[in-house]
Amino acid sequence: METVNSPILKITELSAWFGANQVLRNIAMNIERNTVTSIMGPSGCGKSTFIRCLNRMHDLTPGFRLSGGIVYDGTDIYSDPIDPVALRRKVGMVFQQPNPFPRMSIFENVAVGLRLNGKNMPKSELAGRVEQSLRMAALWNEAKDHLSRPGTSLSGGQQQRLCIARALAVEPGILLMDEPCSALDPVSTGKIEELIEELGERLTIIVVTHNMQQAARISDFVAFFLMGDLVELDRSAKIFTNPSDKRTEEYITGRFG
Amino acid sequence: MESIAIRRKLTDRAMTGLFLFAAILVVAPLFLIFADLLWKGAKELRWSLLTDLPHPVGETGGGIANGILGTLTISGLAMAVGIPVAVMTGIYLAEYGRGWFASIVRFCVDTLAGVPSIIMGIFGYVLVVLPMKRFSAWAAAAALAMIFIPIVVRTTEEMLKTVPHSVREAALALGIERWKATLFITVRTAWSGIVTGILLAMARILGETAPLLFTALGNQFWQSRLDGPIAAIPLQVFTYAISPYEDWHDKAWAGAVVLILMVLSISMAARFFTREKKWKP
Repeated sequence: METVNSPILKITELSAWFGANQVLRNIAMNIERNTVTSIMGPSGCGKSTFIRCLNRMHDLTPGFRLSGGIVYDGTDIYSDPIDPVALRRKVGMVFQQPNPFPRMSIFENVAVGLRLNGKNMPKSELAGRVEQSLRMAALWNEAKDHLSRPGTSLSGGQQQRLCIARALAVEPGILLMDEPCSALDPVSTGKIEELIEELGERLTIIVVTHNMQQAARISDFVAFFLMGDLVELDRSAKIFTNPSDKRTEEYITGRFG
Repeated sequence: MESIAIRRKLTDRAMTGLFLFAAILVVAPLFLIFADLLWKGAKELRWSLLTDLPHPVGETGGGIANGILGTLTISGLAMAVGIPVAVMTGIYLAEYGRGWFASIVRFCVDTLAGVPSIIMGIFGYVLVVLPMKRFSAWAAAAALAMIFIPIVVRTTEEMLKTVPHSVREAALALGIERWKATLFITVRTAWSGIVTGILLAMARILGETAPLLFTALGNQFWQSRLDGPIAAIPLQVFTYAISPYEDWHDKAWAGAVVLILMVLSISMAARFFTREKKWKP
């Protein structure tokens, strides 16, 4: 069917509205498998709206409407046979504010997706998956002796890595991250960025950021959004050294935004 | 300059004192009531109060054991029916209720919460006692449930609304079905608050007297059936208190002490559930 080299996501003519307000205009882009793509742009340019289209998080938002196609591994995710619940297991998400489930331990936070998704696995297998996810999120060494502590007892940066582990536990093919570092201090930010680069080898990551240095550090591709338009999508090195569009150049040289 | 500063300070002191005085005024009756009850009920406060059936007039001793069991039976029945219905309605209102129907439900629940308890007794009488042609624990439980349910619905709704939206979003983003996310994540997050609401509503119905007058009726003996007249502490206190006998008056006081101790311990349990769980590493 699909070859390994073909894009994991093909987005064509994607437009989106909240009521009468159009927030995305004819976005077209391909996302390559096992790459890190940054979505960059000033506030209000539609970055968050865009990635939330990719896991159908807007489904329950009253007044939201969308046209165009988002094809994931050959299937349009807004076509009839697609169940948004099943889709979200394949397209995980990490939010701006670390949001571990309160009243759940570190272990439960990571295990809950597997448990509630009806996967009945033996305890030892579950524990193995939790460990594997925490390792992938670079939290295992810090958390392995305190797995029964509340997730909220961790520091902000650790909480965000816990949320990454929680998302990884259900084994998504794509991980969406909505400004995952904007609530964190520089040291924690550094750790998350390192993690993103590592994870980018094994799964497809799409990160929203309004931090250009961060986009430059972590991504293979950068998409520049402005007022609901996709201005430019290219290899990270190209965008930051020799952008094709004047508006991109103005943005990265700090003339606006 | 100097005098203005002093006047401000004094005004501030006076106002603080006024607020404190109001707070003391609110709390004082509880201690006065409790001390008065203990003082007047002391004569009859003995172990047999909790273990024996009532004795006839003039005979010393005797207890309200059947009343204690009756109160627990009636409240237990009311809660067994009330908790699932009320909690699920609260979940509906907080998580799903958006449109006109939810507004109507909310309005009705608020109205229900304001209905005088004697009316709930009449409700139990008309709907259960008359068709069954007998006074019963069932009828009393139905009346108490109507008092219990609106309280729990609204506290459940309020508690669920304190759960941040980000928790629901995180659950949804993990590919968890909405009903599971609601039940096992949102409700779980608010659970201690919901339990507190249940306990406070329980404390409220334990002491209700009026709804029992036409439903439970009261009983001097053990009642092993749910479809016959049954004793309850508030009813016994009421019967003893309006009687012309001195020793029954003492027993009324003692019964009141038992009742208030039950309510107090439930309130304390409620405090226990809402206490801030601080993690100490």
